[in-house]
Amino acid sequence: MIMRLLFTGLSGLLFGIGLAVSGMVNPMKILTFLDITGSWDPTLIFVMGSGLVVATIGYRLVFARGRPLFADRFYLPTATDIDARLVIGSAIFGLRNPGYTNI
Amino acid sequence: MPTLFTPGAGLLGGVLIGLAAVVLMAGPGRIAGCSGIFRSLLTLKLDDNFVWRAVFIIALMLGALVAAPFARNAQNLGFNSLLATAIGGLLVGFGTALAHGCTSGHGICGLARFSSRSLVAVITFMAVAIVTVFVMRHVLHIGTGG
Repeated sequence: MIMRLLFTGLSGLLFGIGLAVSGMVNPMKILTFLDITGSWDPTLIFVMGSGLVVATIGYRLVFARGRPLFADRFYLPTATDIDARLVIGSAIFGLRNPGYTNI
Repeated sequence: MPTLFTPGAGLLGGVLIGLAAVVLMAGPGRIAGCSGIFRSLLTLKLDDNFVWRAVFIIALMLGALVAAPFARNAQNLGFNSLLATAIGGLLVGFGTALAHGCTSGHGICGLARFSSRSLVAVITFMAVAIVTVFVMRHVLHIGTGG
């Protein structure tokens, strides 16, 4: 239990530090990434890129072990179908952007 | 208000976020999906999962708070008006609940597991976001920031 929470806390800390270091705590930086025809700031690609490389390799190693260090199983999503909820929900999420500033 | 292109800091921050996802899977065997973890907290169902989710979110905010003074990228943040933030928050909450994930859950963890659902989600929200920003900034000329 305590180790599980320690790992959870460590994960949260790393995540938060990563957000600050990469500038992803700054709504303006997300906006300027999305603004590809304006003053484009492609930093987010580098954040997602390196994050994905690390997560893909790390997951591979972790899953190879068969089970987590401090739980009886991996808690993974089971849905596989690409349905309307997924697409519409993601589209609504995409509608949100920090560009509404002056409203 | 333009921001500086910071590929080095971006790469480093991304590595830390990737590590965070790996640590959460390696120890407790969980997906580091911020919107889902936060949403579950809001249901205030005080079961076994409540504690680890609270620990994750608090640690995340603490990490960002402690690191921010030392991170050049975390200076001079440009925030929206209260109304814009509220509208944005509603869309984030509603959208990610429907789609079961956001940039971290689908974008990092899902893609790292080669989930086709996550690929569809990421392409959809990125495409819609880019079009939205284009329309807002360059067609309607609102929300130019600052």
